[in-house]
Amino acid sequence: MTVRGKPVPRGFAMPAPATGEGPGDAPPGGAASGEDAAVAPAADARLAVDDTVDLAAEEQALRISQLLGRLDAEFIGLAPVKDRVREIAALLLIDRLRGRYGLTSSRPSLHMCFTGSPGTGKTTVATHMGELLRELGYLRKGQLVSVTRDDLVGQYVGHTAPKTKEVLKRAMGGVLLIDEAYYLYRPENERDYGQESIEILLQFMEAHREDLVVILAGYADRMDTFFRSNPGMASRIAHHIDFPDFTLDELLQIAGKMLEREQYRLSPAAGEAFAEYVRLRMSQPRFANARSIRNAIDRLRLRQARRLVAAGGVLARGDLMEISAEDVRASRVFRDAARAGGARGGLAGEAARAAPSQPAHPGLS
Amino acid sequence: MRITQGTFSYLPDLTDDEIRYQVQYSIDRGWAVAVEFTDDPHPRNVLWEMWGLPMFGVADAAAAMHEVGACRAAYPGHYVRVSAYDASLGRQTTALSFIVNRPAAEPGFRLDRQEASDRRVRYSLHAYATDQPAGERYGAGRQTDGTMAPNGARGSS
Repeated sequence: MTVRGKPVPRGFAMPAPATGEGPGDAPPGGAASGEDAAVAPAADARLAVDDTVDLAAEEQALRISQLLGRLDAEFIGLAPVKDRVREIAALLLIDRLRGRYGLTSSRPSLHMCFTGSPGTGKTTVATHMGELLRELGYLRKGQLVSVTRDDLVGQYVGHTAPKTKEVLKRAMGGVLLIDEAYYLYRPENERDYGQESIEILLQFMEAHREDLVVILAGYADRMDTFFRSNPGMASRIAHHIDFPDFTLDELLQIAGKMLEREQYRLSPAAGEAFAEYVRLRMSQPRFANARSIRNAIDRLRLRQARRLVAAGGVLARGDLMEISAEDVRASRVFRDAARAGGARGGLAGEAARAAPSQPAHPGLS
Repeated sequence: MRITQGTFSYLPDLTDDEIRYQVQYSIDRGWAVAVEFTDDPHPRNVLWEMWGLPMFGVADAAAAMHEVGACRAAYPGHYVRVSAYDASLGRQTTALSFIVNRPAAEPGFRLDRQEASDRRVRYSLHAYATDQPAGERYGAGRQTDGTMAPNGARGSS
């Protein structure tokens, strides 16, 4: 795939090497690359003023629907994120078409701010965002550089600027993810170097809009405070995306995907028990959405291993993969819920023991 | 006299786009790109001043172009070069190095002959520019040569 829309290197310049286009990046289905090659020449042809253009053909050439389909398959829930990506992809498509009529199309500002509860996938989405924007043609490399306050702010006078610039340089061509960005600004200490770092960030975000996408991630309320004290930052970020909490059904789907990836499966009884577990866990304090689910699955694996080792004997492949209901039921969450239920006259405990209102997700059984 | 040093010395000055392609090529090869400058044009002067640290872990040429632009802005009347260091075992040397900025006027060199014993003659090159103290050579004025001027879109610091 060539870099379209870039000036052709003159004379001796080396051809752009094909790194980053390895087999992993190739579109699924061998036909796609051939199709791309067939469409590419037409895509560059300049159109006359009264010509019309076929949107569907263009979309196929850019493989946008394929890309969005993959996004839908990979991420469960997260409707606001998907909407925004869809908008960005649509803009790309329209910009391509406008370019063919000779209309101007400048690159939109793509700096983003992700807010949401813990475990709603902010970092995961940011990781994929680089790749996605690269495939859409907005970024050249799409690598992710994930930093926190330590990586940006120095410890003594004159240390912050080079440090921040170093990080920004590494992120160029890709995505810079600043996790918990509000820690950059510490109003209680007026000599804090965080402010200096913010100023350099702002300057880079403005000057290198084509080279770099900055994503700030953090919890909504603290991010609000941060933006209130740094209005320049808020206005330079075009996309403020709020990550909603996952619903029970979404969490179960996520768990199904995680188990599938780890090559485990829940027995039908365990599937029901797990659905109940998630429902109970959601109402308990310190519930961190998908992160809690991941931890729960890790603990399930531990309990399964302990059960298998304690039982001894001969094992089959299926035994090593299957997580049984007792592995799930051994969780502290059930005991806590039962105790709380007992204290409250057994009502909640009764509810907990009742069959789960949601049927176990098919992926789990 | 136009100084020629390093890779591509036989070519006209590279445009910013061409420089970016070369830098991207180096980065994709895993070479660390560094920006260096000097105002001593002697061919045996190989150790130039470093503009910042070599850029390890940079993925995109835009970062190096930013530094090239910043160095040009700070030292418009100096020679600036980009060098790419290949750290792989068995090579560990500069893999690519080319000039990306030069002073507007380059006075060139004088050939000095030194009479040595037994009618032998030793030759040496003397750069006219080095008659001035370091930092005042080539004047402080900004260059007028269009091809190498830092372009506004990329490179201005």
